[in-house]
Amino acid sequence: MTRGDFFKFAGAGAGVLLTSELGFDVAKATEIKKQLRIAGATEAHSVCPYCAVGCSMIAYTRQNADGTVNILQIEGDPDSPINEGRLCPKGATAMQLAVSSRRVESPLYRAPGATEWQKISWDDMLDKIARRVKDSRDRTFVQVDKKGNLVNRTDGISFAGGAAFSSEEGYFAAKVMRGLGLTHLEQQARV
Amino acid sequence: MVSLAATFGRGAMTNHWRDIKNADVIFIAGANPAEAHPVGFQWFMRAKLDPARGPGKGGGAKIIHVDPRFSRTSAVADQYVRIRTGTDVAMFGGLMNYVLQNNKFHDEYVRNYTNATFIVNEKYGFSDGLFNGYDPKKRSYEATAWNYDLGADGFAQRDISMQHPRCVFQLMKAHYARYTPAMVETITGIPQADFLKIAEVVGEMGRPDKVMTIVYAVGLTQHTTGVQLIRSGALLQLLLGNMGRPGGGMNAERGHANIQGNTDHAISWEILPGYLKVPLPGQKNIDDYLKASASKKLDPNSWNFFGTNYKKFLVSLLKAWYGDTATKDNDFAFSYLPKPDGNSSWITIWDQAIQGKMEGVFLSGMTATSIGPDTNQVLQGLSNLKWLVVMDPFPTTTSEFWHTAVDMDPAKIQTEVFMVPTTHWIEKSGSFTNSGRWSQWKDQVIPPEGEARHDHWITAEIFQRVKSLYQKEGGKFPDPVMHLTMDYKDPRKPDFDELAREINGKDLKTGKQMVTFAKLADDGSTSSGDWIYVGSYTPKGNMMKRRMGISDPAKNDPTGMGFYPQWSWSWPLNRRIIYNRASADTNGNPWDPKRPGIKWNGTKWVGDVPDYPPAMSPHDPKAWLPFIMNGEGTGRLFSNTCVDGPLPEHYEPMESPVQNALHPSVQNDPVVYLYDQKAGRPDRFGTSADFPIIATTYRLTEHEHYLTQQVPLLVALQPEPFVEMPPGLAQEKGIKNGDLVTVKSKRGQMVVRALVTNRVGQLTLGGTKAWQVGIPIHWGTVGIQADKNPDRAKYWLANALTPFVGDANSRTPEFKSFLVAIDKA
Repeated sequence: MTRGDFFKFAGAGAGVLLTSELGFDVAKATEIKKQLRIAGATEAHSVCPYCAVGCSMIAYTRQNADGTVNILQIEGDPDSPINEGRLCPKGATAMQLAVSSRRVESPLYRAPGATEWQKISWDDMLDKIARRVKDSRDRTFVQVDKKGNLVNRTDGISFAGGAAFSSEEGYFAAKVMRGLGLTHLEQQARV
Repeated sequence: MVSLAATFGRGAMTNHWRDIKNADVIFIAGANPAEAHPVGFQWFMRAKLDPARGPGKGGGAKIIHVDPRFSRTSAVADQYVRIRTGTDVAMFGGLMNYVLQNNKFHDEYVRNYTNATFIVNEKYGFSDGLFNGYDPKKRSYEATAWNYDLGADGFAQRDISMQHPRCVFQLMKAHYARYTPAMVETITGIPQADFLKIAEVVGEMGRPDKVMTIVYAVGLTQHTTGVQLIRSGALLQLLLGNMGRPGGGMNAERGHANIQGNTDHAISWEILPGYLKVPLPGQKNIDDYLKASASKKLDPNSWNFFGTNYKKFLVSLLKAWYGDTATKDNDFAFSYLPKPDGNSSWITIWDQAIQGKMEGVFLSGMTATSIGPDTNQVLQGLSNLKWLVVMDPFPTTTSEFWHTAVDMDPAKIQTEVFMVPTTHWIEKSGSFTNSGRWSQWKDQVIPPEGEARHDHWITAEIFQRVKSLYQKEGGKFPDPVMHLTMDYKDPRKPDFDELAREINGKDLKTGKQMVTFAKLADDGSTSSGDWIYVGSYTPKGNMMKRRMGISDPAKNDPTGMGFYPQWSWSWPLNRRIIYNRASADTNGNPWDPKRPGIKWNGTKWVGDVPDYPPAMSPHDPKAWLPFIMNGEGTGRLFSNTCVDGPLPEHYEPMESPVQNALHPSVQNDPVVYLYDQKAGRPDRFGTSADFPIIATTYRLTEHEHYLTQQVPLLVALQPEPFVEMPPGLAQEKGIKNGDLVTVKSKRGQMVVRALVTNRVGQLTLGGTKAWQVGIPIHWGTVGIQADKNPDRAKYWLANALTPFVGDANSRTPEFKSFLVAIDKA
């Protein structure tokens, strides 16, 4: 049953049972919502980005006439066996994380000894980083260690990340970085 | 998760959030779930309010909270006790001693499902704080002294009566006899009377019809003895027969949305995806690797599932990564896997940077300056790099370190810094695996902001450009770079769906998605990026997208145990409680018929997805033992896989105001790795003469690490950093609530407000009285509040105080137990 079906089901007269299960009257709440800002909105499923309880979220968006998309609301998914619709102060303010004027809008570069950031194009930045990676890899690559073991590793580059990666991104990072020979791989689990 | 792997064969929360409702006692140590996981905490409260739960005749589950700070978790606990930070081994040791001395353990479970009956080699010994096999020069143990006595058949000798003086049960009994209630009080500060009250309730949980869960978090992990702190809880749970059962388990609360998923997929130096060990120098081929990595069958009734199938999992992984290049003739390109020069974890990265050996660092959603111990040393490491790539949606204390940190003169710092704007979670799809191992798919809800790109599109682009450079210029061993599989529609923009399918893996002959890891092969005919995720994306589609929830419990939770098997997908094979064979007795009947995990119905196991062959009769004399990941087939009370001993022992934190009461000559964990000393840098540990106050760091509900400093509503709720101190200490120092104070350690200082509360307090440790304070971690040199106070923000990094040292096994930094001095600013 999708959540849409769930509301239909609730609307069809099982609301009494659901009221006691969920602590609020889903059918009535849905009626009220239809008149609010989420009227006609598109529903999408998300998961809270914070503490690993994994609270399920429903995000409402609306496409504007010019094709841009606005996010209208994020709320807990009442059908989830994990959070049953609830969110904590962090989850409840997820909108302010999703849409923020404090984001870094474009790539920035800080040269050695510089006192300011300078704007840089994606292409320039990616070329520069790729060059640094290759040079550091070539300089610090150990094919055979002092004991004569074949080790094929890059000692001079580290990668750390992953707290709010999707799993698939994390997997890809581990694959690419090991592919480049990195052994210094780390993430939030340890810190 | 080294601790759980040493005990059960792999590391992860064994149960799941909703399952906590099934417990009779919820034992919380080193965690504050009411504030750190407020929504997950509803399951604790529901257990408490359920009259069918609880010790004795029920009346609601009892919550026991053992923590340095009285928090909102303590406020609803049936019993709260204040403990000195980092001393939980003594507390759990005391509980084990109580359970063993008073015969409160679950006899049938201990005898059959743990290695209590295994006989340890006579070379094993323990005296005056040291286990046998210690080399003081190397500061390490030779763990072969901790092996079992093996018979001629290669299996370990056992004594099912548990009377043999060298059986694990007797060794354990002797080891923990020293942890008397008086000793517990001296070490931990928990008054004997309070300790005995807890022990009495915990002791009841050894009955087959009762079950306790242990919940913990970084309050246990982030210590020099973190692995043993957790292992001691796991041992208690094995003695009580609470592992594998609904309402039981060792339940680690992960602190970030997808730490579990990213650990499973091995963004971690020591493992490959699916908890396969990273190959080490000297392992010339897969056979060498398997000999060192795969567990050996130690009992005729052990399935040794992991050890037996290890090669299939590794070869399938190599096929996923190196495709057609990985063939039987080249040992499936095993030589492409980099072999690390010893520990390469977090502190090592910065130690190498300080030593000038690290040239470049990628930080993707991580801010080194705030997050690591000893900020000032990390800043030195950052300044020594040639280049630094910060991939993040917001500026971080690391991207800005060269002009915002204390005493940083940009003109003198030669590090090139790239600030790479990345997308938020809601601007991309993909899955998050929560701390209960439930992997949930999320949608891309909105398009990326500004020029932001997905992290993996950035790494894919960089990889393609590096590859082109090798094609044009040649260079050091380009083969693994050239042959890494990039079988995506656009190798520069791998799709989340494509990656999810690769992780699950496929049969390379038919091209069909795999359904179970049981069908993975070691001949190169299957691929799988991560064997524990086989089944997450089958020919039927993406199982992580399923959302059959609570609107129809009859259909969606048929056992009524809260498993909800069709909401998302849980590794392995959609199993909700791991090691669940142990939830039933030797005949296959649940220990408590009201709380079945799985049960034998005469022809098969029913309930949760069995962690066991579905049709293996418990009456078959050859039936496998329940802990299928271990060579023993049992949970390991005694384990030779930790570097600091086979049984947890109490050692003092590196900075402590007291002598080790058990063995004054061995104060700290004898094998802890001393980075500064090893690198020839001056020692950075303080003593109680200069820094008399015990400090611990912690989190607040309204913030998560450093990210939420960018969220206006949350900053409004908790605007300013502070140190939480007890009224008695404040009075001694002439400090009033709200005063600015300087908090100093041997490493650095912070200048913040004093919050004077009774939530922290004084401890009596033998003859010594000591104050204990708490320091929340969330502030730093960037963020909404830092913008308003740029000068003071330089003194808002809590980790300026913490020591550059970590757990002896995992090297998880010591964030939780150190010494400070506090004075009015």
